[in-house]
Amino acid sequence: MAKKLPEVEVVLVGFGWTASIIAQELTDAGMQVLALERGGWRDTVPDFSVTHIQDELRYAVRKEIFEQTARQTLTFRNRVDQLALPMRHLGSFNPASGVGGAGVHWNGQNWRFLPTDFVIRTQTEQRYGKKMIPDDMTIQDWGVTYDELEPYYDKFEYLCGISGQAGNINGQLQPGGNPFEGPRKRDYPLPPLKRCAATVLFDKAAREVGLHPFPAPAANTSKPYLNSLGVQMGQCTYCGYCEWFGCANYSKASPQSTILPVLLKKPNFSFRTHCAVTRINTDGTGKHATGVTYVDQDGKEFEQPARMVVLCAFAQHNVHLLLVSKIGAPYDPASGNGVVGRNYAYQLSSTVNVTCKELLNPFMGAGALGQVVDDFNGDNFDHTDKGFIAGGYIALWNTGGRPILQEYLPKGSPKWGSGWKKSVHEDYLYSTHMQCHGAVMSYRDNYLDLDPTYKDEYGNPLLRLTFTFKQNEHAMTKFLTDQATRIAQAIPNRGINSKPRSGDYSIVPYQTTHNTGGAAMGDDPRTSFVNRYLQSWDVPNLWVMGSTVFPQNAGYNPTGTVGALAFWAAEAMKRYVRDPQPLVQV
Amino acid sequence: MNARVAVAFLLTAICAGTAISAQQVYAPQKPHHTWGDIERGKYLARAGDCESCHTALGGKPWAGGRAVPTPFGMVYSMNITPDKDTGIGAWSSEDFYRAMHEGIDREGKRLYPAFPYPWYTHVPRGDVDAIKAYLDTLKPVRQVDRQPELHWPFSMRSMLAIWDKLYLHPGQFMPDPKQSAQWNRGAYLVEGPGHCGACHTDKNFLGAPDRKNPMQGGFAEHVFAPNLGAGERDGLSGWSEKDIAQYLGSGINAHAIAAGPMAEVVQQSTQYLTQDDLQAVAVYLKSLAGPEASQPRMPHRDTMSEGQALYVDNCAGCHMDGGEGLANAFPPLRESSAIQAAEPQLLIAVILQGAKSPATKAKPSGLAMPAFGDKLDDVEVAALTTYIRNEWGNRAATVSEHDVSKLRGTLASAPQ
Repeated sequence: MAKKLPEVEVVLVGFGWTASIIAQELTDAGMQVLALERGGWRDTVPDFSVTHIQDELRYAVRKEIFEQTARQTLTFRNRVDQLALPMRHLGSFNPASGVGGAGVHWNGQNWRFLPTDFVIRTQTEQRYGKKMIPDDMTIQDWGVTYDELEPYYDKFEYLCGISGQAGNINGQLQPGGNPFEGPRKRDYPLPPLKRCAATVLFDKAAREVGLHPFPAPAANTSKPYLNSLGVQMGQCTYCGYCEWFGCANYSKASPQSTILPVLLKKPNFSFRTHCAVTRINTDGTGKHATGVTYVDQDGKEFEQPARMVVLCAFAQHNVHLLLVSKIGAPYDPASGNGVVGRNYAYQLSSTVNVTCKELLNPFMGAGALGQVVDDFNGDNFDHTDKGFIAGGYIALWNTGGRPILQEYLPKGSPKWGSGWKKSVHEDYLYSTHMQCHGAVMSYRDNYLDLDPTYKDEYGNPLLRLTFTFKQNEHAMTKFLTDQATRIAQAIPNRGINSKPRSGDYSIVPYQTTHNTGGAAMGDDPRTSFVNRYLQSWDVPNLWVMGSTVFPQNAGYNPTGTVGALAFWAAEAMKRYVRDPQPLVQV
Repeated sequence: MNARVAVAFLLTAICAGTAISAQQVYAPQKPHHTWGDIERGKYLARAGDCESCHTALGGKPWAGGRAVPTPFGMVYSMNITPDKDTGIGAWSSEDFYRAMHEGIDREGKRLYPAFPYPWYTHVPRGDVDAIKAYLDTLKPVRQVDRQPELHWPFSMRSMLAIWDKLYLHPGQFMPDPKQSAQWNRGAYLVEGPGHCGACHTDKNFLGAPDRKNPMQGGFAEHVFAPNLGAGERDGLSGWSEKDIAQYLGSGINAHAIAAGPMAEVVQQSTQYLTQDDLQAVAVYLKSLAGPEASQPRMPHRDTMSEGQALYVDNCAGCHMDGGEGLANAFPPLRESSAIQAAEPQLLIAVILQGAKSPATKAKPSGLAMPAFGDKLDDVEVAALTTYIRNEWGNRAATVSEHDVSKLRGTLASAPQ
């Protein structure tokens, strides 16, 4: 029997980026907020200390700071007629566990989505006609526009200390920036990171082939930064250990390095670690959330009543919690009805390795140190006769030059033994690679539901992922990879190794951690679980954060939009508290 | 009396009370205290950082039990909550004044001078009563005091009578009429409630402070608290009054970030001082003479190159190649008085154990440096600290492997 605890005003499920933002905003508004985190407490010192964090085997290979699949995982299949099996090792994506969430181990590649991304169905139909969208593609407009989100993107960028070069300030194109970006009200808080040799080559080559390269917006500080909350950040050392590692010197934005020093001092905020939320509780009507049930590390069960519940866990975990709590109509791919689990999407990346003639410095890295072209992202180019919609960016990232996983050796190099050593010796300092980071649309039969067979440690069914890449994505990735190869050819080189991704999605090799959807936002309760303010249509005091609400994915890393949406939703929550009604009436 | 007049009257009374507190003389008072007394007491208790010592690590606030290592053994702080049996709830203001003024408790027992009554003796009766008035408002905690664990003969309290006779100079703070009111206020805070000299003034073999040369550096537990007097290298000559006020108020300025025991002092105490008081402290400190400048020899070339290699590998990422640090985030090591202090223990301790800067209202981040004690051995730390103390124009005595191993041992056995 769960022990019932005293009620709080707001309970947050998870304590990563979105929970930290919501907590900071709502406690500022005088509310009492509690965050429940299934993992442990972590801080820059001692957990990410420079004395041990740059250990690739421990963190990147053995995945020490990620979710433990022995505790929670999911089952997977490509198609509905297959048997899904549980993932016993993390592969294609790396959810986090612990305070800070994946905000601790991300690279810091921080983007705004394009204005057209938020109205993708309308835009596509208007520009290319309704026939451009295949019948089984279930993309939809977000219900929120870029212009509405602009101030909240800005808020997240000034929280994080984004280093970058603006491309469009109030409609005025800025030299050196991304000419395709939506207009921003002001420049980034910090100038771009320093460039490494490979990004200089990429920049020159991309210009030569007529494209518009610019420095990637980075949540790695190019200079010391005092953020919008008065929290001091350090300056990136280009150590190359961002992705899958915590930052040792406060220069990668994370909840720890930007919000927690202020948030944790507030008397109206508290958090509990090693508390796994297993249920969202509702009253008899099912229209009002009464709190959550969680299990602590001793296996004790508690009921935490709350007047408002906000789901801030990793993308799929929010969906899982809705499904096991029987909130909202579960999605049924046969009929196309239901919303929980609907419109799951992912991303499709491919790479082009280049062995340059010039000596490079690949060990000088930062998670978001890169030069990018956005010419083929979203609807920045004419898709007529291309055979696909949407797109992605092409980037030369120099996230690092780590010894185990970050050698981009020429085609045909042996993978082990003396031949491999010879290739590393001769080619490592000349090797680099480009990434095509493509969007994935949502489809009728790509979705999330509960697995009929496998259960987690609390006896709940595992989440089941049914997903594969479709024709649109295959055409898109081929196009992007060809464009990247064209840029590569303009770099003086000794060899190019293009590696397009083809066939079904495989969950085994790492691709990106950018899982989206499953409780989409939108204007229509029949196709979305939350309204444009991220408030549940069915249960107005329940809110869902994160990329869980993306109706389909875009060709960018999601964190910037996740952060902006959290600030946007926090504003709406403050309005809701004054007048607890659904914020959108239908 | 209308409300506005009443407020004006009250404000005047409070201001006057603050201004004349140093001149107040003993007068029996009724145990009735105004809101103003209690607030002033709270302010003075913070200025004295009472809570830090009177709270055990992880213990209940003000209930004592914090281990204070002394060269003579371990002393534990007292419960000063108003609990009648185990705290000081039954103490009269006279009892409390005697403890503060003479180091004698309610039962007539002599207190160990780890309790800094040799400084508190300068605090006038009015201020002492205000502190007691504030302490009386705390939540009583029932917690029996822990007895000291001292080596013989220091374990005999009767020894303390001799100590007091030799070294205690009871008496209130007397303003120096030749100095400004601001200087006198600073002197009072530093020499009285602030008891800065308890750490920053050199002490003799019996732990008695060198009153003739105040604030020229001394040992605080096992690390050396740097010289706060003049000194081009190891003193505050390079700091402006504004720098000092900024450091005490926020924990950080262009020259330094508070580390070691001082981080706690800023966090718990000095950040709460008013700008006027911080300025007064700065004016007083800037008037102090420093020790005679020493002329240490340049270390051996091999030690310097070993230290440089270690510095580049371990330190330069944050403190930068030129030792200039990173403004507002990581302190400079170049031209730093703490780095060039007469004794190197603070620098060694920070490298071995790491450090966390104070998280103050002005600077909430509390950035930390990790511990390198597991990564670097004694020889390496000696070379590294010698290098840091003698590079970029710095100059200070060489650090030996023995210095490091000794401190490493002491820190390992220190109460956590």
